[in-house]
Amino acid sequence: MVKIYFVEHNGTEHPVEVTPGGTLMEAAIDNAVPGIDADCGGCCSCATCHVFVQEQWLDKLAPMGPNEEAMLSLSPDRKENSRLSCQVPIVDALDGMVVATPEFQY
Amino acid sequence: MREKQQLDNKASKWSMVGKDPATIPLEQIDLSHPGIWQANEFLPFMERLRNEDPVHYCAESAVGPYWSVTKYKDIMEVDTSAHIYSSEPTIGIVDTLEEFTLPAFISMDPPKHDEQRRVVQGVVAPSNLKNLESLIRTRVCTILDGLPHHKEFDWVQNVSIELTTQMLATLFDFPFADRAKLTYWSDVATAIPGGGIVATQQERWQAIEDCMQYFTNLWNQRVNTQGGDDLISMLAHGEATRHMPPMEYLGNVILLIVGGNDTTRNSITGGVLALNENPEEYEKLRADHSLIPNMVSEIIRWQTPLAYMRRTAKVDTVLGGKSIKAGDKVVMWYASGNRDEDAIENANSFLIDRANARKHLSFGFGLHRCMGNRLAEMQLRIIWEEITKRFKFVEVVGEPERIYSSFVKGYSKLPVVLHPH
Repeated sequence: MVKIYFVEHNGTEHPVEVTPGGTLMEAAIDNAVPGIDADCGGCCSCATCHVFVQEQWLDKLAPMGPNEEAMLSLSPDRKENSRLSCQVPIVDALDGMVVATPEFQY
Repeated sequence: MREKQQLDNKASKWSMVGKDPATIPLEQIDLSHPGIWQANEFLPFMERLRNEDPVHYCAESAVGPYWSVTKYKDIMEVDTSAHIYSSEPTIGIVDTLEEFTLPAFISMDPPKHDEQRRVVQGVVAPSNLKNLESLIRTRVCTILDGLPHHKEFDWVQNVSIELTTQMLATLFDFPFADRAKLTYWSDVATAIPGGGIVATQQERWQAIEDCMQYFTNLWNQRVNTQGGDDLISMLAHGEATRHMPPMEYLGNVILLIVGGNDTTRNSITGGVLALNENPEEYEKLRADHSLIPNMVSEIIRWQTPLAYMRRTAKVDTVLGGKSIKAGDKVVMWYASGNRDEDAIENANSFLIDRANARKHLSFGFGLHRCMGNRLAEMQLRIIWEEITKRFKFVEVVGEPERIYSSFVKGYSKLPVVLHPH
């Protein structure tokens, strides 16, 4: 199992345990973590599963593809550590990762 | 007059109104003609295409040959493949003459689309909307409190148009007393000459020129003032937009007017109609107001205020087993994908408490996904919160009048009577 710590914009923490194989978006949705909409269902075409990954974990994530870069580049809320969670597969190396969800998805 | 006559003749030749969707030869099905949309007869034609020919070629129509894409998953594929399916030169089904084409980022591909959109996107981002919520609520309350009780009136004119126009005037910081002009220009921009709004193409262009003049004046006022957070100031000062040619400015202004006006207006009206047609859903709403946010998504799916978006194939490609050639016109019928039972459970039922209500095509997907989607949802949420506080029933008391368009799916009239608590 891999443990992920989701943190809401108001500081509420949601630790979840998931098996590798799914995506970070699914880890949140399957465990009813608030703050993620995932309108398109996980195909990188709505940007409503936007999250902020704690810096030290960024280089352990699957690299960003051109579609994710394109969708994120339109978001006014984008930061250095932004990712679309549907594009991040859960692997063992992410055990203990801290991920912040934004106040609003857009 | 002669031009109008020709258009009417064309209308009668191409109209599908009254034809039997079950027996008409497949190749004759043409969703592009506005007739079946105004007559509210489009659903069975779309259902037939989904079942029998989901990527359908219409060789002859008033707008020339085009492909109809009717299944949710195929629409998703087209919408998210901007490298294959271009938004240029236009997202409308009608090919316009180059000198009459207004450039706007909705009909641009990356990278220009992304650059221009980024300039204005912030104004309708949720972080900014948070500041607008109380103003929207105040305006909604004023409108609702001014309506007559137990007496018939037109919901479209008095509520849907009034609210969306006020909101648009706010976003543009447009002179409030002149705000009816925005509604008129929005209607004109998507109007078909002879369809009720304008009689001729000349009349349409005269109105668009007036719009251009008005917004040029606003630009000139704001370009020399710093710090405005309205859409015009953003365009006038944005790095990617401040040197845009006048026609491009006009194109983007009209895009923002239409985008923020017709769509929300018709979803406000469509919600009232859907609840009247589904009384058990209205009962659910009365019993539990916390369903409103979910209901808003369902209303937007059910209404699908823009029936389609058009793309043009950049290269030869295959979609759903059909060979599409470079240059072919490809129309994604969101109004059909939103009723696709293979993608949405009970897609042909209006269910305000449905699971995954946000999963619908009305905003599109991919780079061109509706920029104002959160503003639209917020306006609808607030209006329903305030309606349910005041009225136990917004009763529809007559047939709605629908718009003559296969693009803007909406209403020009809905007679209602209000029953307060």
